[in-house]
Amino acid sequence: MIRYIARRLILLGPLLLGITFVSWAAIQLAPGSSDYFQSLVLQYPQISPQRIAALRAEFGMDQPPLVQYLHWLWSIVHLNFGYSFAYNVPVAWLIGSRALNTLLLSVTSLVVAWALALPLGIYSAVHQYSALDGALSAAAFVAISVPSFFSALLLLYAAFWTHLLPLQGLTSVDFDFLPWWDKILDVARHLVLPTIALGVFSVGGLMRYMRTNLLDVLRSDYLQTARAKGLPERAVIFRHGVRNAINPLVTLFGFELGGLLSGAAFVENVLGYPGLGRLVLEAVLKRDVFVVMGSLLMGSVLLILGNLTADIMLAYVDPRIRYD
Amino acid sequence: MSQDAAAAPRVSASPERAGRSRTPLQLAWRRLRRYRLAVVGGVTLVCLYAAMVLAPFLAPYALDYSDRSLFYAPPVGVHLIDARGRLHLRPFVYAYRVVDASLPAYAPDTSRTYDIRFFVHGAPYRLLWLVPSDIHLLGVDSPARLFLLGTDQFGRDLLSRLLYGSAVSLLIGILVVLITFPIGMILGGIAGYYGGIIDNVIMRSVEVLAAFPSFYLLLTLASVLPPTLSSGARLFMISAVFSFVGWGGLARVLRGIVLGIRDVEFVLAARAAGLPDLRVIVRHVLPTTASYVIVAATLTIPGVILGESGLSFLGLGVQEPSTSWGLLLAQAQSIEALTQFPWLLIPGLLIVIAVLAFNFLGDGVRDALDPRQRVA
Repeated sequence: MIRYIARRLILLGPLLLGITFVSWAAIQLAPGSSDYFQSLVLQYPQISPQRIAALRAEFGMDQPPLVQYLHWLWSIVHLNFGYSFAYNVPVAWLIGSRALNTLLLSVTSLVVAWALALPLGIYSAVHQYSALDGALSAAAFVAISVPSFFSALLLLYAAFWTHLLPLQGLTSVDFDFLPWWDKILDVARHLVLPTIALGVFSVGGLMRYMRTNLLDVLRSDYLQTARAKGLPERAVIFRHGVRNAINPLVTLFGFELGGLLSGAAFVENVLGYPGLGRLVLEAVLKRDVFVVMGSLLMGSVLLILGNLTADIMLAYVDPRIRYD
Repeated sequence: MSQDAAAAPRVSASPERAGRSRTPLQLAWRRLRRYRLAVVGGVTLVCLYAAMVLAPFLAPYALDYSDRSLFYAPPVGVHLIDARGRLHLRPFVYAYRVVDASLPAYAPDTSRTYDIRFFVHGAPYRLLWLVPSDIHLLGVDSPARLFLLGTDQFGRDLLSRLLYGSAVSLLIGILVVLITFPIGMILGGIAGYYGGIIDNVIMRSVEVLAAFPSFYLLLTLASVLPPTLSSGARLFMISAVFSFVGWGGLARVLRGIVLGIRDVEFVLAARAAGLPDLRVIVRHVLPTTASYVIVAATLTIPGVILGESGLSFLGLGVQEPSTSWGLLLAQAQSIEALTQFPWLLIPGLLIVIAVLAFNFLGDGVRDALDPRQRVA
């Protein structure tokens, strides 16, 4: 197992190299007239060309593109992600807290989605063709068709009129003055809306997968055997059925995380949540290239780690899997 | 619902069916028609696309029409009984009366009724860029306005803009499929057929692309599009961006399928007959993946519709003055607009309907063509 993880980590090297290259190339495609310093000239015509050139040189942007890339790559190896043009702070400062917030939101949504989807999917499969099964299947279809920005807007609308939950952000204004238990409570209250907005989509998909998998397992011979040897139905379904039906869902985990990170970008923008997705949007609009490249890199690192976690989890859940 | 439908072909293996042989496509079509939800989805889509083509005729106002005195006007009420309790045979509306121009607040001016008339002359347009006309399905006399779904901050009719905007939202999915699928199929086919270094290069590229949260990459690529593009060119470039991000998944699956059939007899026969490799791949290997490709295409479109709406919603997709459902929904982004003028949420409803219809249809197509892939 440890050897497997080690090998996966070694293979990450070339993958990360490819990711840095695409991150860099994507932003380089922009037409030259629209880089950050040019837009500065448009905003503040009084800035002298010499000052712009000096700024460019300060950030190393006067070099040929490929040299810039190698330079950036070299500094990443030293965990230096460069400086943000717009804020003039290290990119790592900006990204670090934002990535944690996005991770918090994604993981919360993931946990909530699984906690809801598994029981619902199990119920649907066990009571196949019942009225509630039909209703749940229809609801799942609707859930996977609602974009997260629309569900976020609907929730915002509901929250505004009911005054039950905070509308924007991750913390209240007086957050810094609260005792620690109130801080946790405050963050939890702020997380409710984004979690629902983001989780709805996943619940639909996961539920459908759980239902199909369990239905397949329920038809299998070893389940007949379990029944034949006189196990109570509850044990048949949960110990033998669900246990086997859940394996393919674990592989979905990484895939889900990718969807959640993407979906989080919308929810963050609608609900003013200080996450990575909002940072990317702000940065691409300002052409703050180091922030864009750093965020892209950070997003894919989160995704890769998620996939790795899924593979390791699968090895634990499914003892038939051998990584040698 | 799809479960009982899947069981149906077995039950109906009746003599009349055994008597006549049918092509696989006919069989699939028969199976597809059994799924009620797929039929509902298909009919909905036909209606949506018909409305898209007929948009200039169906829309009461032109795309760029605006009545700045009536910004954020609520949907106009359609009545049959007037203020004095008299029943009218024709539905009618009241003109808007501005109560407070700063809020804004409007009330119906009940002093006079305006009949809704059919086939009225209005702004000139060309249907499908060809047929010139100025007939609109519905209209009312000035000063009344037929804002059936209300207006936005510039006093533009939401219904008309929804109809015009449907073109982008409904066409981009098809456009992306038309670009992505040939690329994904050829690259996946080549990777699976040749193996070795070529396979390695293609699959490693797929892995790199798959390692990004796709929307971050879309966002970045869409943001570097030059702002000076015409709306048509922009739509095409956005489709290209989607294709760049999306070809990998398809290529990976097709590679797997091709790898499995590369050494089957009919492929060996084609090769032995001396056909060039590309021809073997395109004419003999790829057609066996047809059912997977059709299903994947039907299920890709809703994803692209969601992606385009998302980009436009964040201001990086379609740009004013042209419009799409995502861009229209973006007007509901501020809390004030959202809570005071909730009709601005209607574009979101249309996105959900279109995506749902495609998902229903795609699910049915999958069951009809490729039952092995079924999900619930």
